[in-house]
Amino acid sequence: MTAPVLSVRNLQVEFETRRGTLRAIDGVSYDIAKGEVLGVVGESGAGKSVTGLAVIGLIDRPGRISGGEILLSGLRIDNLPPEEMRKVRGKRIGMIFQDPLTSLNPLYRVGDQIIETIKTHTSLTDQQARKRAIDLLAEVGIPAPEKRIDGYPHEFSGGMRQRVVIALALCAEPELIIADEPTTALDVSVQAQIISLIKRLGRDHGTAVMLVTHDMGVIAETCDRVAVMYAGRVAEIGPVQEVIKNPLHPYAKGLMGAIPTLAGEDKRLVQIPGAMPRLSAIPAGCSFNPRCGSAFDRCRVDRPDPLQRGTQAVACHLYDRATETAA
Amino acid sequence: MLAFTLRRAIQAIGVMIAVGIIAFAMFRFAGDPVSQLVPIDASAAERAQIRQSLGLDDPFIVQFGRYLFDAAQFKFGVSYQFRQPVSDLLKERMPATLELAVCATILALVFGILMGVFSALRRDSLLAKLFQMVSLIGISLPTFLIGILLIYLFSVTLGWLPSFGRGDVVKLGWWSSGLFTLSGWKALIMPSITLGLFQMTLIMRLVRAEMLEVLRTDYIRFARARGLTTRAIHFGHALRNTLVPVITVVGLQFGSVIAFSIITEQVFQWPGMGLLFVQAVQNVDIPIMAAYLMMVSLIFVTINLVVDILYTVVDPRLRATISRPA
Repeated sequence: MTAPVLSVRNLQVEFETRRGTLRAIDGVSYDIAKGEVLGVVGESGAGKSVTGLAVIGLIDRPGRISGGEILLSGLRIDNLPPEEMRKVRGKRIGMIFQDPLTSLNPLYRVGDQIIETIKTHTSLTDQQARKRAIDLLAEVGIPAPEKRIDGYPHEFSGGMRQRVVIALALCAEPELIIADEPTTALDVSVQAQIISLIKRLGRDHGTAVMLVTHDMGVIAETCDRVAVMYAGRVAEIGPVQEVIKNPLHPYAKGLMGAIPTLAGEDKRLVQIPGAMPRLSAIPAGCSFNPRCGSAFDRCRVDRPDPLQRGTQAVACHLYDRATETAA
Repeated sequence: MLAFTLRRAIQAIGVMIAVGIIAFAMFRFAGDPVSQLVPIDASAAERAQIRQSLGLDDPFIVQFGRYLFDAAQFKFGVSYQFRQPVSDLLKERMPATLELAVCATILALVFGILMGVFSALRRDSLLAKLFQMVSLIGISLPTFLIGILLIYLFSVTLGWLPSFGRGDVVKLGWWSSGLFTLSGWKALIMPSITLGLFQMTLIMRLVRAEMLEVLRTDYIRFARARGLTTRAIHFGHALRNTLVPVITVVGLQFGSVIAFSIITEQVFQWPGMGLLFVQAVQNVDIPIMAAYLMMVSLIFVTINLVVDILYTVVDPRLRATISRPA
């Protein structure tokens, strides 16, 4: 078996603040294989975006990667010198941000921004780069690309701008694309288009995709596997159908219970009581224990490590005990 | 675009007419000009004769129309104290002021932008902190004090630079230039620094603040995620985005540089329009004061027009707004 495109091992990210060190990511591990789409889901502040930024090496001061390692196709990238890391960004890892309206520099033609990126990472001439830029725009579904290439960002709609952003992420045929809430700022009808575009591009190019979102619908439609994050840790990770139909972690159960269905029996949606703890006040033991209906003594003292349960991995003591009693 | 320029030009003419009213009002409200012109013992008949020859007994509206008509052709009447056409005096003095103002502005722009960019990118370096300190001095010290300090240091103590005048000048048609002689350059150094220091610190602080702002934006983060070089990000993407407010301020400040050159010209006895104006004020020489007012407003209005057009060069979004007038 070949090495996964992305392998994150026990990643820790810390932010130095005046009130001490906050750990935004605490021991996160996952792999993404070639052509696979991994969804990362969780509440705001669960550490979804920070994980993505850590992978592409854009954690700014006062934040820093304080532990673990990140491997891209088997090669460690979290400790590369800045200039080496810059060459990885855009070339081997493409990134799509949340807001297409602000992701493009308003003062430059979209074509110039694409050509600039292509020329940074390849040795194409101006004309070849322009040709490739037009091809890219066509590929992401922009009509009349040979004309639109000379347009400015403000002349594009939100959905079209996100397509341009995707084209920019694809410039150098990266092995991995990190999409950080790529549809949150878009209309629902456009969301579906963008999601299917990302999915198609990932399939066509064999690109691994890390899709950060809090939209379970998007996850269900797009991803092969999903990681549910809570307070900087992975609560549960597994194939998307398994996690949705048969969630193991009490938090994942709560999340799935909160998705409204169209079949619509008049049941009340399940609510998870309370709110996610602030980073400065993460409880001892399992960080979910104050909100968890099934918490017991060990949960308040002992931090659970991920346990493999079939195709899913879950960080919860319930399953530890279950294995013990079963054995 | 053309329609926009035309519209702005028409507005500019409106502004100039309004200024013309104010300039003209100075003649009417600053005492009787005839008593400035004639000897104290002049007879009433002599006074009336002068009054008539200058058209001072015509109706207000006729006089005002005549004044505007003449002003549009840069005829501003005759100076009371020099007994020369004001336009000749201005023509003679303008090159000195403009050379000084342009020099000061270039100095302010080049150093202001360089220092601003540097102190934004290397915020914590010692040099950036030094720049911040210098900028505080530049903002808080009055112009005349800086001028006098420079004279004390470089003219009186070290004797390197002349303390007054503009050195030897070369005539290019009616334009007298100090830029072609060594003494001209030497004489230009201290007044330019004095006049430009405030602008420089202003530009530096503005560029620094704008640059810090822009570096936080999403498109800069995205540019980094695209793997562009730091150089391309800082100077291609960030700096250009800071330029719109910088153009505004530099444009407006260029007007003030010319207007405030009065003080610098006084300190260095620089033979420009400012010095002429100060002398005119001392002698209640209203034609010069009115003409100076008109000239300075003309410069301001022109600069504003140029700035508006420059915006559209830098920011494509404004081109769209302009071609679709609200």
